[in-house]
Order: sequence, then C-alpha cells, then structure tokens
Amino acid sequence: MLKIDNLHVRVGGKAILKGLSLEVAPGQVHAIMGPNGAGKSTLGHVLAGREGFDVTEGSVTYQGKDLLALEPEERAAEGVFLAFQYPVEIPGVNNTYFLRAALNAQRKHRGEPEVDSMGFLKLVRQKLSVLHIKDELLNRAVNVGFSGGEKKRNEIFQLAVLEPTLAILDETDSGLDIDALKLVAEGVNLMRSPERSFLVITHYQRLLDYIQPDVVHVLAEGRIVESGGPELAHELEAHGYRWVKDRIAPGAAA
Amino acid sequence: MSTATASPLVEALDAQAVALARAEAGRSPASLPSSAGEALAAMRAAAREAARRHGLPTTRQERWRHTSLRALAARRFEASASEAASPDAANASALAAALAHLPASRLVIVNGRFAPALSSLQGLPEGLRLRLFSDVLRDAPAEAAAWLATDTARSDAAFPQWNAALAEDGFVLDVDAGVRIATPLHLVVLGIEDGADRAFHLRHRIALGAGAELTLTTHQLAAGAHRHLLNTVLQIELGEGAMLTQARVQRESDGATLLQRTVATLGAKAHYRRLDLELGGALSRHELDVRLAGDGAVLEANGVLLADGRRHLDTRLGIEHLARDTRCELVWRGLGAGRGRAVFHGGILIAEGADGSNASLSNKNLLLDDGAEIDTQPVLVIHADDVQAAHGATVGRLDEAALFYLRARGLPLAEATAMLTAAFLREPLALIDHEALVSTLMASLELRLAASSFAGGGVSSR
Repeated sequence: MLKIDNLHVRVGGKAILKGLSLEVAPGQVHAIMGPNGAGKSTLGHVLAGREGFDVTEGSVTYQGKDLLALEPEERAAEGVFLAFQYPVEIPGVNNTYFLRAALNAQRKHRGEPEVDSMGFLKLVRQKLSVLHIKDELLNRAVNVGFSGGEKKRNEIFQLAVLEPTLAILDETDSGLDIDALKLVAEGVNLMRSPERSFLVITHYQRLLDYIQPDVVHVLAEGRIVESGGPELAHELEAHGYRWVKDRIAPGAAA
Repeated sequence: MSTATASPLVEALDAQAVALARAEAGRSPASLPSSAGEALAAMRAAAREAARRHGLPTTRQERWRHTSLRALAARRFEASASEAASPDAANASALAAALAHLPASRLVIVNGRFAPALSSLQGLPEGLRLRLFSDVLRDAPAEAAAWLATDTARSDAAFPQWNAALAEDGFVLDVDAGVRIATPLHLVVLGIEDGADRAFHLRHRIALGAGAELTLTTHQLAAGAHRHLLNTVLQIELGEGAMLTQARVQRESDGATLLQRTVATLGAKAHYRRLDLELGGALSRHELDVRLAGDGAVLEANGVLLADGRRHLDTRLGIEHLARDTRCELVWRGLGAGRGRAVFHGGILIAEGADGSNASLSNKNLLLDDGAEIDTQPVLVIHADDVQAAHGATVGRLDEAALFYLRARGLPLAEATAMLTAAFLREPLALIDHEALVSTLMASLELRLAASSFAGGGVSSR
C-alpha cells in the first residue's frame, strides 16, 4: 500500500525528516508517535503534497506509484486523505458544496460518473447518522465558526464521504475532550476495512485506547527509532519519550 | 486654468452640444412660456462652456490620479442616432440574447434612447410614476434645467458637466410618500455596435417621498462587442424614512467606456442600500457621492470590482455625514488579474455637528497576477464628537493554506482558485436580502467568473 524509504525532508533549509522508512500493508492501522518537533506533522504534509517541503532524498511509493511526483489533488483522487491537525476555515464556501465538488473532482479523475445533488444528499445523510454529526454544520461555511471538536469531526465526516484508501490522521486527538475523542475514534473505527489503511499520527497514547493500531512506530529526530505492537504505546505512556531517547540514542547515531 | 488645444474627444462632444442646442431651440413647444426653454438653453450653455474651459481631468488632479484619460481623449465619438435605430436581424438576435435572462417587466434604453419595443410597462405599481428624461425635457424644460444645474467651477468634473450639456434621455422615477413597492424594478441600459463609436449621456433621477420604499436593479449590458462611451449621472433624493434598495450590475463590452456619477441625498432616517457589481467595460469610473443630510440616515453601499483582462475599474466614494447619528457601512472587494487595474477610494467625511455618527469601511483586494495592479485608499476625516469609525484596506494573495486544503480534498488548482475567488467576491452580496434579486446577482457574478481567464492563473503550481 504505502512504502516510505529513507525519506529526507528539509523545511526552510532545516532538515526535519532524516531517513524515515516505513511500510504499511492494506487494512493496517499504523500509529506514529513522537515528541514535539520529531517531524510528525511534516510527514503528514509531505505525503499530502504541501508546498514548501523539500524532499532531498528517498522515495514514497503508494500502490506502486511515485507519490511524490503527484499534485495534491491527484494524490487525493488516488485515495490519499489527510485529516488536518488544524482544519482551515474557508469563509464563503459552503461545506456541502465544497465536499460535493471535491468528491466529483476525484470521481472525474478516476473516470467515474459524477454524483448528482440528490445522490450526494443521500450519501451525506447516511454518513451523518453514523457519525452523530449535526446536519447544521453542512450548511455553514467550511470550518467557519466550528468548535475545535466540530472541526475534527468535520474532518472525519469528509473522510467518510470521500472513502480514501490511505487515511492520514494528523494529531486528530489534539484539543479534544474525552467525549469528542471517543466520537472521532468511533468514526475512524467504522471506516476500518481490509482495503483501507490508516496512519495515525499522535503525541499521546490516549487515542490508541480507542483506535487499536496494528503497529506502533516511535518517531524521534526525523526517523523511526522503534517499532512494535500496541504494547509499545503503553510503554511510552509509562516512561515518556525520554525513555525512548535514552534507549536508542547511542546506537542510532550512525 | 488654461485651455490647451481641445482634444479630439472634447471637440467631438462640443460638436454634439452645438447640434443639440440647435435642435432644442427649434423644439420649444408654443404651449410653454419661452422662459422655460431659455432657462434650459442657458444652463446647457453654461455647462458646455465650463466643460470646454476645464478640459478633461488629468492624472495631475488628485481625484484622477490613478485613472488616465489620455487614450480616451484622443478618440472621437458620434452622438446617439436621432431615433432608436430599428435593429436589423443580426442586432435583433443579439439584443434578444442580451435580454434573455432578465425579467419581462423591464425598461430598456438602447444606445442612449428609450426602446419601447423592448420594454414592458405593464404592471407598473400604483404610486410609482415613471417618466423618461426626454419627456421632461420636452414637457417641463424648467424642471429639467433645475436638475441639470451643475457645479461649473469644478475643474475635475468635465463628465458631469458634459452630461448637463448633452443628456437627452434617462429614467425619472418618483414614488409617492408612504408607497411601498415590493416588486423589484429592472432598468436596462444596453450598448450595441451600430457602425460608429458613440457617446451617450444619460440622466436618471429617483425620488422617494417620505416613508416610500423601492427596490430596483440597473443592468448595464452589451449586446455584442462595441466601443461606445456612456456618461451617466444619477440623482437620488430620499425623503424622511424612505428606503431605496438598488443593485447595479455592470457587464458592459470589454471595449466600452463608462463614466458615472451618482449623487444621493438622504433625509432623516432614510435608508439607502446599494450594491455595485463592476464586472465589465474597458474603463469604468464611478463616483458615488452620498450626503447623509438628515438625522439617523443610513447608507449601506457594497461593491465588487473585477479587474481582469485589461480592464480599468475606478470607484470613488464620497460619503458625507452631515447630521446626527448617521451611519454608513461600506464593504468592497476587488480583484486584480491579468493586466487589470482596480482603483478604490473610500472617502468619508464626518462633518461638525454630526455627533454620534458611525462609519465603517472595509476594502479587501485579491491580486492574482503580477501584471495586475490595485490602488486602495481609505480616507476618513472627522470633525464631530462621539463618533465611531473603522476602516481597513488590504491587498493580498489567495490564502495558500486554504488553497492546499481544497486541493488535498481533490479539487484541481484551477477549480480551487475559482472557488476561493468566488467566495471572496460574494461577500458584499450578503447585503441584499431580496431572495430573487440575490440569485440574479449571484448568477451574474458566477457567470462572469466562469468566463474569466484568471482561474488558475497567478497561483504557482507545485
């Protein structure tokens, strides 16, 4: 599904990712944990195609394609979805209008017929009921006046409607209280399927109580320093990131 | 001020004035006292003399600093044909196409003349009186002369002066006190190619009695490409507590030149709500002067300047708070693309004694291409106490974060750009609460944006 090999990324001349390698199989949920400044959000943005991130070395292969060669919209149409840590407010653009335009742009790219407004409304109603999202959010401008929790749920709602193959959740848990966190996790769990993979980027183990990962990676100083099963997240929670640093620092200097 | 050799434009307008003076002298009906005709003739002559003396404004004059008339000054224009030319087959279909999306109840001027065949006066509401300015000139020349009276001393007002010397037609609307007219009125001013570049001078007038209400839309359209000059003066008088809602959609030909002056005077608690969509023309200059003369008068004037291609749009607001507790709210959005240029001047004066007044002006601009230019200047002058005033003007690029967000959801760059641009430009439309009118205006804007060349331009791809 996704293979990241020796990825080096610089932002504003500063090296952020320094040889990150990672492989995700279809249907798997991988968690990426790490301290602040480790490069977690950079990874999410590079995979989605944000400008201003210079890939100086390494490769990213997604379903056999060179992901880094694609425009952001092509990546989206190929099934890559980034749930933003900070969803952008877009005054004057209606949430429903935007999402239908996005869905149809993706379908067009894939050579599929467009969804008409009736069909789209039906799809939206169905997803809303599952996610417990108030439909008043639909008629507002994208993310404008949304609470922190509403913004994150709107991301998951978009995820549900767009049905990507690879979903990257960039600190979707940040700023959420426990109830909002559970709702978001529930939405993600409903989307899990053998064809869909998740990359869950988080600072805290808490989210992983609700979204059970298959693999947990620890990202520190721009590379994966340790990988393991769900138990790794609990170890981190118990000992803190300092523990990882102390354990890996001597050997990882290579 | 010295008069240099008159430019071709001034020569042409002057020739029109001579011809019109001759025609009007021969037209005076015997039923009217000759003094009425003489007053009109004298007024016309004074305006013509002033316009000749002052010449065309130049960029050395403060009010015209950003808009050069040099290219225009070198051109010649013919007067409007004496009768509305009966359209040939090709013109008829162009006219039909231009009018197709407008409601059937409308009044149409084509190339400077009222076009009865294209207009429908049916269902004109009770209490609304419509006249043509040509009728007023013929039947009540003294009244027309009073309206045409112009400031001959001003050296940077040649077009209003020429308008006073040359205006032959226009819409004159009077709404009786207390009459509330719910159905929006549609006034159409249409330009069409007819073998010559022509200059038209229209004089419109709207007067609402105390407590009267009216909603109207002015459409400035082209039936096909042309290079005419349209010189318009609109006078508005709102009585106590009157409410006028006016939208103006300017979608003229890319070759057209438009010079417009709107002068409104608001009585106590009168409310003037206005939206201007400047979407077309080669050059469109609009001076919007509003006098908040009565206590508690309110002006809400929003607008959009869509300066793409090689278009030059210049809007100059002159808002005067002359009475207590008056309020103005001004929301303007500009877009510069291609080699377009948008000029905005937001002048607000709060005069001595206009205590408790409230003024707010927001002018935001989007610059999509390096070849485009935007000049914005908010000017606030306050001579009163206990005043609230806020103004802001910005020029910026599209929000990169928003653009990336849309693209990350699958929208191609061009579509994402168009979506953000449309959202930005729609903001001033929120002012209009008449549902059918809003959708008409929205459709005009969307249609125009869809036809624009800037979508995707000016935003670097990855």
